[in-house]
Amino acid sequence: MLRCGYALFWLLGSVLLICVVSPVKGEAVVTHEGSHLKLSKSSHSNESQHGHSSNTTGIPIISFKWHHVETPYLVAFWVLVSFLGKLVIEANHHVTSVIPESALLICFGFILGGMIWGADKVQTFTLTPTVFFYFLLPQVILDAGYHMPNKLFFTNLGGILVHAVIGTCWNAASLGLSLWGCQMGGAMGDLDIGLLQYLLFGSLMAAVDPVAVIAVFEQVHVNDVLFIMVFGESLLNDGVTVVLFNVFDAFVSLGGPKIDAAEIIKGIVSFFVVAFGGSLVGLVFGLLISLLTRCTKNIQIIEPGFIFVLGYLSYLTAEMLSLSAILSIVFCGMCCQKYVRANMDENSVQTVRYAMKAFANGSETIIFVFLGISAIDKVIWVWNTGFILLTLLFVLVYRFIGVFFLTWILNRFRLVPLEFVDQVIMSYGGLRGAVAYGLAVMLDENKIKEKNLMVCTTLIVVYFTVILQGITMKPLVMWLKVKRAAVTEVSLLEKLTNKMFNHTLVAIEDISGQIGHNYMRSKWKYFEENWMSWILMKPSARKKQDQLFDVFHQLNLKDAMEYVTEGERRGSLEFVRNENSIIDFKKKSESESFDINNANMSNDHGAMSNTRDPIPSVSLEMHEQTMKAVREAEAINAHHLLDQHLYKSRKQHRHRFSRSHFDINRDEKEVQEIFQRTMRNRLESFTSAKMGVKPPKTIVKHTQKEQQQKMPNGKSMDKAKTSYSGSEGDSASGYDQSYMRATYRAGAGIENPAFMPDLDPMDLLQIPPWLAESELDSSMVALSHRAQVDLPRTPSNLRRLAPLRISTRSTDSFTLENIPDTQQMDSDQLPPPPPPRPPRDDGYV
Amino acid sequence: MGSRASRLLREEEIEEIKKETGFSHSQITRLYSRFTSLDKGENGTLSREDFQRIPELAINPLGDRIINAFFPEGEDQVNFRGFMRTLAHFRPIEDNEKNKNPSATEPLNSRTNKLLFAFRLYDLDRDDKISRDELLQVLRMMVGVNISDEQLGSIADRTIQEADTNGDSCISFNEFIKASFVVNIHICTVVFSFLS
Repeated sequence: MLRCGYALFWLLGSVLLICVVSPVKGEAVVTHEGSHLKLSKSSHSNESQHGHSSNTTGIPIISFKWHHVETPYLVAFWVLVSFLGKLVIEANHHVTSVIPESALLICFGFILGGMIWGADKVQTFTLTPTVFFYFLLPQVILDAGYHMPNKLFFTNLGGILVHAVIGTCWNAASLGLSLWGCQMGGAMGDLDIGLLQYLLFGSLMAAVDPVAVIAVFEQVHVNDVLFIMVFGESLLNDGVTVVLFNVFDAFVSLGGPKIDAAEIIKGIVSFFVVAFGGSLVGLVFGLLISLLTRCTKNIQIIEPGFIFVLGYLSYLTAEMLSLSAILSIVFCGMCCQKYVRANMDENSVQTVRYAMKAFANGSETIIFVFLGISAIDKVIWVWNTGFILLTLLFVLVYRFIGVFFLTWILNRFRLVPLEFVDQVIMSYGGLRGAVAYGLAVMLDENKIKEKNLMVCTTLIVVYFTVILQGITMKPLVMWLKVKRAAVTEVSLLEKLTNKMFNHTLVAIEDISGQIGHNYMRSKWKYFEENWMSWILMKPSARKKQDQLFDVFHQLNLKDAMEYVTEGERRGSLEFVRNENSIIDFKKKSESESFDINNANMSNDHGAMSNTRDPIPSVSLEMHEQTMKAVREAEAINAHHLLDQHLYKSRKQHRHRFSRSHFDINRDEKEVQEIFQRTMRNRLESFTSAKMGVKPPKTIVKHTQKEQQQKMPNGKSMDKAKTSYSGSEGDSASGYDQSYMRATYRAGAGIENPAFMPDLDPMDLLQIPPWLAESELDSSMVALSHRAQVDLPRTPSNLRRLAPLRISTRSTDSFTLENIPDTQQMDSDQLPPPPPPRPPRDDGYV
Repeated sequence: MGSRASRLLREEEIEEIKKETGFSHSQITRLYSRFTSLDKGENGTLSREDFQRIPELAINPLGDRIINAFFPEGEDQVNFRGFMRTLAHFRPIEDNEKNKNPSATEPLNSRTNKLLFAFRLYDLDRDDKISRDELLQVLRMMVGVNISDEQLGSIADRTIQEADTNGDSCISFNEFIKASFVVNIHICTVVFSFLS
């Protein structure tokens, strides 16, 4: 289905591949190529036969038409060869565990290239920029964007941008200038390269390559902050490099003397225009995809195709407008991922997911193989020891300097600073790859005399970084004891204590008046929830967007079933003892029990501290994302229960990495629940102290507003009522919280979601006991559906659990308005003291 | 506001607090202004009500317990010194500080003290043991209501079972430290530098 759609690209790609390749090889190609493919004799002879047969009369029963199929055939064959190569390589685990696959693929390319060289005496297949940039790169980048853990990315966006923009410029400038300086100093012999050309070279060497980075880092499993820093940087700085490259290319064509201040300023302006323009194009296309998938209900078979086609179009459009195509497709993927997942059929989502991985992984393989093949070509090997070694040295050294300096600055603004080892890995992970090579090949030989030297140097740098650094990366990570992504077995007490610390920290921040919340972010959430989701998401999807089930759900279900049957088979005592929990567990697995994990993994990988799967979703390997094995029965049960039901602390795990992005991570339901409890406790101690105080009167008047508020928010009451899991999943989805923000924000703490005006009489009967007193009052306060559903079934529990109260005047607090400064804080950043604030001002006074 | 606060706070007092808690001068003045703004009674101390007036604490499942942690046992008021002493638990751990005077008492923001703070949140009766009941109470506060008592009980049992090494069905502070050794110490750290 979708494959068909995308197969079109492949076909197109293949055509172009050969179109580009063939001018080089000319006539000889078919035969030479054929010889390499072991087809030589037959194809040659058949070709002649073909020629003959056209002369002879009569209808040939069988004719051999190599020329008709040549192009697609070769492409398909190359793809096959690359895939087979990968297959062979991956079959040897003991090798791939030491040497990264990308390095092996390059070596495989060497061998293939050698064979071609041996047969042809000329390299007929090299990676051409057109093929690379138009047909191999887009799907890798699209995949990266589409599977980008958005929250992680945006949380660290500041750092990523600094490294991507400033770091890349630094790399380019320092490399160019140093090489130029060395040439002036006579270190490289006689080279015909000017300062501008050095800068051009520097700019193409500057970028860290996403393909290489993914390939190496996905096998190393470093912690996700480190990963996103390197990976995000590599994605964004590709855009930067291409822009820099184009600017310097233009300067070189212009020639030194003609460059004046105006031109330089134009260059800088174009830099921003290209970068932001590209991102904008991507966003537009992302929105377009989201909109389209809203209405593809009737063509479910081909709906996954839209993502690929439009993603590709965004790339091409940006390219057409000479904007940054890479940034465009990255943002396209990042922008549409949420809505696509919500809008499309589950099967289509799976198709997109798998197809995306298939294409990305496939083209990654081809890229590396061709990088290897390209090396076996006498034409490009122009050796200049000084130039090459100095380039290598500078690339490495300046990368280290740049990373350390920028991180030093960044660490002043980060909550959790990047540690020294992290910085080493970031520096060392500065792998150069096919983008640099593609750009180098694009250099104009007429303008740059030493093009071949540059290509050759680029290749060497690529090989050096991908092969040598790739191989040494893993031992280095081990040796430096970099924090790995793997989550160790955590005891229940630890989980609880961790969570406790989170809650405590939030409380301490509130007490100390910390204003850490990002205003823009909350604004954005509000906007996103109220407008974007409204427009871009199907109404049905809006309702159940938190309950998206994906492959993990099935896997988890299977796990659960296995676990249960295993337990039954064993008939172990633990099972008997914990029967209640087991049954509950089983029952829940039908509907909700794994939602948290699911939502986490699919929507916001690694967002929760408890997420099982530590591998970043940008990994190209599907199989790495599968669930871990089943644990010991009883433990898993307890852990599961706890994971499911622990309140989330307001600040999410993630945001500890950044000082500026504190977020309210609250589920509306949870907030209410907690608030109810707190208030109940306070009320309890209050009423016990001051008997006969009149309950609040003012609550009802807010309810109307509240209800109106609710509706446009997209999640209707009944939904929240029926699904706990939904709201759990919600907060894991990465776009959470805005709902409650929306609710609270508008009225700055006046709205009261827990109280609804028009309730059916039945509900009044269920009013929790501790509010019964209030009911005596004329205002007849009742709880909303949700509140009732959520309220503790056993109030006695709560009574028992009420924190020790010593003070007798506790509820005086309600009689006062918020303290001015906290109030001010609320209205901007924090969900003001939510809802049921029973006795408002006039309540007790 | 800052200038007003520093006028009210005597220099020597600041010095003492600095020595005791390790906060910087600017942090102390900033926190003092926060303290005075919380102090509605304007008597130089905070009561529980003053804390409870902070709206966010109402939606913190541990809010009231944390408020309690600010008050020395049996007391109803906390002065600025006490306030700062509690907050000092959450300062980042500084290695050099420890090395400077190893003989001195352990700073409030040491790992042990951070964990002790958490331990005290569990340990209501201050007998230096977390009993099953105390654990259950905390669990009740921290998990949603749609979990049954039996389930909660089994979690509590399991938790104690995992952490309890000497078999007394309670978690002592030593056991607590051992069990929580993976707790990332960054978690126990609030950044106060925003104050400077």
